[in-house]
Amino acid sequence: MGIASLGLYNQAIILFASLALLTSFIMLAQARMMPLIFTFAWQGLLLATVSVLVAIVSKHPHLYISAALTFTLKVVLIPWLLYRLSVKLNMQYDAEAIAHPTLMLLGGVGLVIFGYHVAQSIVHLSGLATRNTIAVSIAIELLGMLLMCARKSAVAQVIGFMSMESGIFFAAVISTYGMPLIVELGVAFDILVAAILFGVFFFHLRDSFGSLDVGQFNRLSEANQPMPLRDAAAEPAPGEPS
Amino acid sequence: MDRQLTAWALAAAQALLFIAAAPLLAGWLQRCKCHMQNRAAPAVWQPYRDLSKLMRKRLLLAENASWLFRAVPYIVFGAMLLAAAVVPLIAVRLPTAAIADVIVLVGFFALARFFTALAGLDIGTAFGGMGASREMMVAALAEPAMLMAVFTLSMTATTTNLSVATEFILRSGLVLRPSFLFALLALAMVAVAESSRIPVDNPATHLELTMLHEAMILEYGGRHLALIEWASQVKLMIYAVLIVDFFFPWGIATEFTAAALAVGVIAVTAKLMLLSVLLVVWETVLAKMRLFRVPQFLGFALMLALLAMLTHVVLETGA
Amino acid sequence: MTRAPLYLAYASLVFTLLSGAVSVLAVRRHPDFLHFGSFFFLFLSGAAGIVAGAWVLLSGRTLSDRFALGLPWLDWHLRIDPLSGFFLLLLGTLVLAVALYGPSYTRQFARGPAAQPLPPLGIFTALFVLGMQMLLLADDALVFMIFWEMMSLAGYFLVVYQHQHTANRQAAFLYLLLAHVGALVILLAFGVLAAFGGGLTFDRMRAAHLSPLWATLAFTFAFAGFGTKSGMVRLHVWLPEAHPVAPSHISALMSGAMIKMGIYGIVRVSYDLIGNVRWEWGMAVLIIGTASSLLGVLYALMQHDLKRLLAYHSIENIGIILMGLGLSMIFIGNGHTMLGTLGLVAALYHTLNHALFKALLFLGAGSVLYRTHAHDLDQMGGLIHRMPVTALLFLVGCVAISALPPFNGFVSEWLTFQTALQAPILHDGVLRTIIPIAAALLALTGALAAACFVKAFGIAFLGKARTRRVGRAREVPAGMLAGMSLLATLCLLLGVFPTTMIEIMAPITQLLVHDELPSAAAQGWLWLTPISPEVASYSAPFLVLAIVIVFALGYLFLKRGADPARRAYAWDCGFGRLTQRMQYTSTAFSQPIRRVFSGIWKVDEAIETLTGAGTIPRVTSLHYSLHTQDWCWLKCYLPIGRLVLAAANRIGFIQTGNIHTYLKFSFVTLIVFLWIVS
Repeated sequence: MGIASLGLYNQAIILFASLALLTSFIMLAQARMMPLIFTFAWQGLLLATVSVLVAIVSKHPHLYISAALTFTLKVVLIPWLLYRLSVKLNMQYDAEAIAHPTLMLLGGVGLVIFGYHVAQSIVHLSGLATRNTIAVSIAIELLGMLLMCARKSAVAQVIGFMSMESGIFFAAVISTYGMPLIVELGVAFDILVAAILFGVFFFHLRDSFGSLDVGQFNRLSEANQPMPLRDAAAEPAPGEPS
Repeated sequence: MDRQLTAWALAAAQALLFIAAAPLLAGWLQRCKCHMQNRAAPAVWQPYRDLSKLMRKRLLLAENASWLFRAVPYIVFGAMLLAAAVVPLIAVRLPTAAIADVIVLVGFFALARFFTALAGLDIGTAFGGMGASREMMVAALAEPAMLMAVFTLSMTATTTNLSVATEFILRSGLVLRPSFLFALLALAMVAVAESSRIPVDNPATHLELTMLHEAMILEYGGRHLALIEWASQVKLMIYAVLIVDFFFPWGIATEFTAAALAVGVIAVTAKLMLLSVLLVVWETVLAKMRLFRVPQFLGFALMLALLAMLTHVVLETGA
Repeated sequence: MTRAPLYLAYASLVFTLLSGAVSVLAVRRHPDFLHFGSFFFLFLSGAAGIVAGAWVLLSGRTLSDRFALGLPWLDWHLRIDPLSGFFLLLLGTLVLAVALYGPSYTRQFARGPAAQPLPPLGIFTALFVLGMQMLLLADDALVFMIFWEMMSLAGYFLVVYQHQHTANRQAAFLYLLLAHVGALVILLAFGVLAAFGGGLTFDRMRAAHLSPLWATLAFTFAFAGFGTKSGMVRLHVWLPEAHPVAPSHISALMSGAMIKMGIYGIVRVSYDLIGNVRWEWGMAVLIIGTASSLLGVLYALMQHDLKRLLAYHSIENIGIILMGLGLSMIFIGNGHTMLGTLGLVAALYHTLNHALFKALLFLGAGSVLYRTHAHDLDQMGGLIHRMPVTALLFLVGCVAISALPPFNGFVSEWLTFQTALQAPILHDGVLRTIIPIAAALLALTGALAAACFVKAFGIAFLGKARTRRVGRAREVPAGMLAGMSLLATLCLLLGVFPTTMIEIMAPITQLLVHDELPSAAAQGWLWLTPISPEVASYSAPFLVLAIVIVFALGYLFLKRGADPARRAYAWDCGFGRLTQRMQYTSTAFSQPIRRVFSGIWKVDEAIETLTGAGTIPRVTSLHYSLHTQDWCWLKCYLPIGRLVLAAANRIGFIQTGNIHTYLKFSFVTLIVFLWIVS
């Protein structure tokens, strides 16, 4: 069989990649804020571990630095920023009502199959023994995008964006032993700046709209009437998921 | 011929041992649970005493009970008896393992559940109907998750025969398969749902709002109740042994020598005791869910099973 | 080289015609003669069909013949080969069972509140059966279409037999409409095949070489057309309307045999006439089959009319058959013929199984209807005490259709699962992920079907009677019991001896895909090992043995020495005596599942309460209503209907009613034609 012939490190890489895919699915269905951020931190940790393992197996020491970078940003800094933001906006116990969670999970499964189909044509380009995980990385990226599309809370969308970047980073690690360090540093700092800017904008949006529900943002359209009276009443009550 | 005869005799002995040991497992579970919850525990042999007391009691039937009601305990016990004969407890390569593969095993459980639900509806009160309707809903959601997990395992082992699959996993040594991890979690969740444990059902309750399995067998007494209780103990043991066989089969006997069989008995006893402790911790930490949260629980199990299949196809096969 | 099977087949046709002739001649004066005469000839026809089919299957030969009937330059070609033999065997068994059941059942139409003239029933039954028998023997497109149409039209008259109710007429109209749409599409398929083959006979079509595009087109037409008759999803809306309103023994024939003719058509056209099967077709068939089975069972769960519930289950089982066929096509298209054979065997086995247990269930529902005149499950209850033998036979049908061992439904589902589990051998990764998902959905379908039949049997037969009329029911006459017992025994036998059946089916697969399953019976009659003993094995007799042993031991050790059982009131929690209205109804039973899968139906639930006057509000009356509707009907068919009506209204301006306008139309047409011709 395919996996039984690989060494223990390679099997561990495959195992952690699958667990990262599991965290993507959990984030899709997770309605509450705190566990969502926590799960995102776990995904970052799993991907950092994969980087370390690939560094050991392929003997590319610069991947240790990538792993450290990922750990600092995705496991420590950004979740801490988001947590502080939620506490300041008093949203840390919020839960949004997900419409059709079953459909979203089925869509996720479909995206994984689609990612596999796409990856089949490029798999032979990689030299690594665990190159099948390219399909998993494409799936993580697509699931991040699905998270952005399907969810209404702005924090969930930020996490979806971050998750997409995780998927791209993972794909780079697996297929070409990481991106050039300059690119990686650049992208990492872009992400950090984006997180800080998001935080600033959240305060601004919250003050203008009274809510962070992106469904309400269509009031920005010129065609609508300016600022209806039902401002505070428009805020969606944090109901239980169906 | 002589070897065949030994094999069949051993298979019969294993089946009888399985059935005889099931109440012991239930007793051990009860004892661990009481210790964990700081209560005084009964002896480990208490279930045997309960069963023999029930066997001796005179039957009391509801006025509306039909011949079906009286026949169901025997049908259910017969199905569980055969299921116990098929699952490898101490040794693989026994001839009875060829009677049924894992899909047929699920079929046996479905048969037992079908007739138990009918028995619930037979009396003509609302309790039985409620138990039957809830049980069929839970079963309908649990079965795809279970079969998907089982398919993943079968695709890895290229067989659905339990004995051959156990041997395959035994021979392949320590391999970290993500599909097996997800399938283990999915199978454990489905086993909890199907054997009516917390958080899906409370086996110790007799309040109708919290019952699933107990509501269907509410009217049973005497030797009928003994057979049904025994059958549900056997069912729990079968699920536990299935998990042990698929995921931690080391120690099971591959040849029919006395030494190997002794090792097999000790190994399976130790594993079942450990699994019971885990189940007790799980049951103590969690509370029973309301009925319409069970679909989410089983939906999560189905998602894990789907992930197991996807990771198997994507990551573990081919290059 | 005996041609006896062919002559036996002709004999069955003659007997069917005689059965119809007796119905015409016996008219009003001798209704008993009608009963026993026409059903007697149907019995003989069924028996001859069984012997003919079995003979051809066991000998594995193909016999053909030619008659100079019909048009001068188009002879009728007839042929009996293992595939037709298999379906003749299926049809013959059902006709036999119905012939045993029919005389007592149709007595209710002779006099009393449900009285109808009997001769039309006999004539159209005969034409219906004749149509099916002839189309199985057809070897050219002309014969096939003529008798296909005869089957559909005779079916229409049978469905509309009790035409006093508007609902019945509407159901029959819908049936006729969809049957004709299907027939048109089948005609298109034959047209494509005939154009490439250069003739209407099947031999010419077999020899034709079709390009992949045209082959796919022909397959699509055939699949759509035959699928309409089979009741696959999207094209199924006529089935749940038509089957419940026909007389029960006709519903049994329709659900058991007529929809199998659709499967026969698909198998004949794709495996035999077109020849090399492509895996993309298998993919489409698999997806449509999975959707059919899941939607069929979910819609069935919400029904409380017993026959409508059974009709929706037919859709589900056709879905399972299509899944088997789809898997078979995928494997054959990818070059794995042995696994394709396994899929084909699973599909054909399920066809036979479904015919048997569905007919048994419809005959059982007919028995209940005969005695209680109750359609609705919520009026029945406690029938196991009043009609014990019917209850036992219906139980056999319920266990068989829920795919539980040791009956036959389980064997064919097990074979389908085994076929699906061989997916890792394929190259395409997407197929390797989709096939296990389809198998898991099949498992979901099986579990939901079991839930539905617990409901159907439990509410109808168990518990206490919900209306007084049902509480006074008696057992049905022996003839009806005989027909049902025959089918129930066959269900058990086919479940316990699957290896024999698979060996018998080997000539069919040899004919169609030139392969067979060598290892299926390799371990002897006791063990079914379709692929190899290490991969999977099943032995049904052991389960029967285990249950018998437990019963025996229980009797010897537990029951014999014990005191006899006492009877007492059921546990009522201290509230006092529970009435039969406090039992679960069928709506209540399926409520959890309805809530979990709530997006699938259009559910209209309404609770109206009337409160009395006074200072303390008190509820004086409570009215609960629940309607579930098919989304497919609302979203697909009603809009098409509205479109057609709108278009017709637009064109309606031509019809002015003025005779001068019509004369002007004729004049203009004449001038235009003369100008064209010149």
